[in-house]
Amino acid sequence: MSEYEPRIICFACNWCSYPGADLAGVSRIQYPPNARIIRTMCSARVSPVFVLRAFQQGADGVLVTGCHIGDCHYISGNERAEENMKRTAEILDLLGIGKDRLRLEWVSAGEGGRFAEVMTSFVQQIKKLGKLKLKEI
Amino acid sequence: MKVFEEIVQQTKAYYCIDCGICTGSCPVARVNPRFSPRLNVEKSLLQLEGEIVEDRELWSCLTCGTCSYRCPSLVDYQSFVLSSRIEARKAGREGMLTHDGVLKLMMELQTFAFPQTRTGWIPKEVKTSAKGEYLYWVGCLPHFDVIFKDYGTHSLQSAVNALRILNRLGITPVVSPEERCCGHDLLWNGDIESFRKLARYNIGMLKKYGVSKVICSCPEGYRTLKVEYPKLVGDTGVEVIHISQLIAQGIKEGKLFLNPLEQKVTYQDPCRLGRLSGIYDEPREVIRHIPGLQLLEMERNRVDAICCGTTGWVNCTSCSKQIQTDRLKEAISTGAQTIITACPKCKIHFQCALINSDLSIEIKDMLDLIGEVI
Repeated sequence: MSEYEPRIICFACNWCSYPGADLAGVSRIQYPPNARIIRTMCSARVSPVFVLRAFQQGADGVLVTGCHIGDCHYISGNERAEENMKRTAEILDLLGIGKDRLRLEWVSAGEGGRFAEVMTSFVQQIKKLGKLKLKEI
Repeated sequence: MKVFEEIVQQTKAYYCIDCGICTGSCPVARVNPRFSPRLNVEKSLLQLEGEIVEDRELWSCLTCGTCSYRCPSLVDYQSFVLSSRIEARKAGREGMLTHDGVLKLMMELQTFAFPQTRTGWIPKEVKTSAKGEYLYWVGCLPHFDVIFKDYGTHSLQSAVNALRILNRLGITPVVSPEERCCGHDLLWNGDIESFRKLARYNIGMLKKYGVSKVICSCPEGYRTLKVEYPKLVGDTGVEVIHISQLIAQGIKEGKLFLNPLEQKVTYQDPCRLGRLSGIYDEPREVIRHIPGLQLLEMERNRVDAICCGTTGWVNCTSCSKQIQTDRLKEAISTGAQTIITACPKCKIHFQCALINSDLSIEIKDMLDLIGEVI
């Protein structure tokens, strides 16, 4: 049997992280193809609901990326995202999904290499955690 | 639709004499002219089911029970709304979710068998046991505590106080890490499938722990466990008690001594505890027992109490805010400094209205009040 490939949802902000992912692509930097990247205008747009719904629909991990603190296109959106994701992590812990399946990272538009690194390490982390079993009670 | 004929039979909607007392009493109809319980019953009798199902205002009903209580023909409008919502859900309709729908998702995710970690909040100084006669039903409090942090409602504080009070009463309750959402909101939003799953799971969990009495501090959990679960599975094998009943009894038996507190307070009857479960006196007895505390009644109290404006995390509109601010003004007009409520949701809803208004009054959970004086 082939190795288990996790399904990952990655939210990337329009101004830094999405171009960062683009740069990783055009620079031909290799990274695991497990993630479906969804572009949002700002990392603050990613509400706890997006993350919870991703898990409900069968994602094994959620990666949220945004501009570095101080670089946000909307001045303080990423600070808001940090707060949001901290709370989402608490909810995930309560629900038993575990906060390790969620990660928030800052990737700027010039950091194609960093995007690939983040993605590689996150995929490894989720592989270690294994598949999220959606078994009904 | 055959189903609606059944609903009419079950809820005795055919007794409707078109008097309009329901709409006249309805706290929603007072502020939202598009909402009318009478009209909905009329529509069901005229076989206009499609209109009921499609109507967005179907989800505005607070299911607070004022209309059913006052109806001279004893039409059970609450069950009518519940059954209509189940039908509407089948047709793919849903209420407008508040808080981005995060609460509904959290409830739905609890129908999956993830190993939850929900007892981490229990402080070391309170005693709990692994097995015993009593189980303390925590409910959604840990979840509320995370989501409503910005509101400063500290929902878990009341759970800690509940345990402290129970310890004082000589009860060392079981707090189960395997407890899941009671399914109240899912049921009232018509998601009967998920409700059944959660109900069966929870009843199995209670049997596994071998408890005979369940203590609830949340009125919604209390009613769901006491009334809705037996409807589904027959005898659940447990006695469901609201914590105010235990405290009132404890005070009578002299087990609990309360320190004096100089304050004027008023009491908000939560709909699930008051009208729907008939518990009016115990919380009042407990509050009155605090020396120096003055309990002032609002104009609309006990069976006439107004609901906190929104139920089940759907359809929170400007109308809900209007209901809430009206209620807050009523509380302030009694001269009270604090509103005491026995429901964590009432507290959250009023706190939200308070933040968005220039009114000033304190909102406190009954358990937090007792926690201060023991």
